[in-house]
Amino acid sequence: MEIKILGPGCRNCEKLAVDAKLAAKETGCTAEVVKVTDMKQMMSYGVLSTPGLVINGKVKAYGRIPSVSEIKKWIEEEK
Amino acid sequence: MIEAFADWLTYSVFKLSAETHLADAVNFFVYDTIKILLMLTAIIFIVSVIRSFFPPEKVRKILASKAEFVGNILASLLGIVTPFCSCSAVPVFIGFLEAGVPLGVTLSFLIASPMINEVALVLLWGLFGAKIALIYIGTGLTVAIISGIILGRIPAVEKMVEDYVWELRMSETEIPKLSWRDRFQLASSHTQDILKRVTLYVILGIGVGAVIHGYVPIDFVATYAGRENPFAVPLAVLIAIPLYSNAAGTIPIVQALMGKGMPLGTVLAFMMAVTAISFPEMVILRKVLKVKLLVIFAAILTIAIIMVGYLFNAIM
Repeated sequence: MEIKILGPGCRNCEKLAVDAKLAAKETGCTAEVVKVTDMKQMMSYGVLSTPGLVINGKVKAYGRIPSVSEIKKWIEEEK
Repeated sequence: MIEAFADWLTYSVFKLSAETHLADAVNFFVYDTIKILLMLTAIIFIVSVIRSFFPPEKVRKILASKAEFVGNILASLLGIVTPFCSCSAVPVFIGFLEAGVPLGVTLSFLIASPMINEVALVLLWGLFGAKIALIYIGTGLTVAIISGIILGRIPAVEKMVEDYVWELRMSETEIPKLSWRDRFQLASSHTQDILKRVTLYVILGIGVGAVIHGYVPIDFVATYAGRENPFAVPLAVLIAIPLYSNAAGTIPIVQALMGKGMPLGTVLAFMMAVTAISFPEMVILRKVLKVKLLVIFAAILTIAIIMVGYLFNAIM
């Protein structure tokens, strides 16, 4: 599974990356968390407000930091 | 009720005698700090819920079909309600242009969004009263609308935007559905976030304000930087620029200075410069605007703000 964090690397993006790693670990899922800072790639997901969360190529949330339990739910959906 | 608590703390707990400078300052500090923190909590929460209905992804579609003028007005208004942090400025700028929003309209949005923000509004409303808060909103919108129109009319302004901006293409994404529960959760975490960031500055600002309130002579500012001094407004704007966006810490100090004779125009110009013109914001905008346009952008904004200062000093 691939989890992408979209954003230029501000505080909120860092927090989301940490939460996503935690959520992946708690669901016992081997997921790779990648930070996407390149504007071109961010735009290709249609996301303007950061941070954005993309799981297996699907935009799950943006412009906010979702809770760990929400992220876990999305990971389960994509399993 | 807050007043009673502040009185009790000052006169009964600290046993300060009324009518002294110290009692005055302590009372003022306790009352204002509690009032402002309560107002911040309530209003940031409400504003955050409203904002969850206006993500930039949606706003760019609303603005895409609008012409100049109507577009500038709408963009400035939406700038108030759209969630925006300076780290999103670049993607928002590109996303707007990509959707076909005119450059001047996009810039109106980028001016209004940080200038008319909830933290500044709460502090203005709580410390200066509703009338001045409304004047601030009105003049702030006017500055954003007019600056955007002027910038949009510069000949060949498109060439002053970094070339790569025009090459980026954005794909559509489905805007995730939020339930009311999501919105409340979002608002509550946003409120906690902002409170964590600004509380210390609010306390420091009100503390310094309280000292000024209690100890500085009543005509202090009027004597040195009153209405008659033509350099007061530009000087206030220059001082404000390095205070980037720290509305929480500066507004209480300005409020105390107004009590010592700082005229309203100078106050408004100072606050607009604090929120709208900041060095880090300019560094971020440099990623999308060429140096020439960035300089023009900052210059027009500065001139517009100084004019607001002179205008209100003349009429109020």
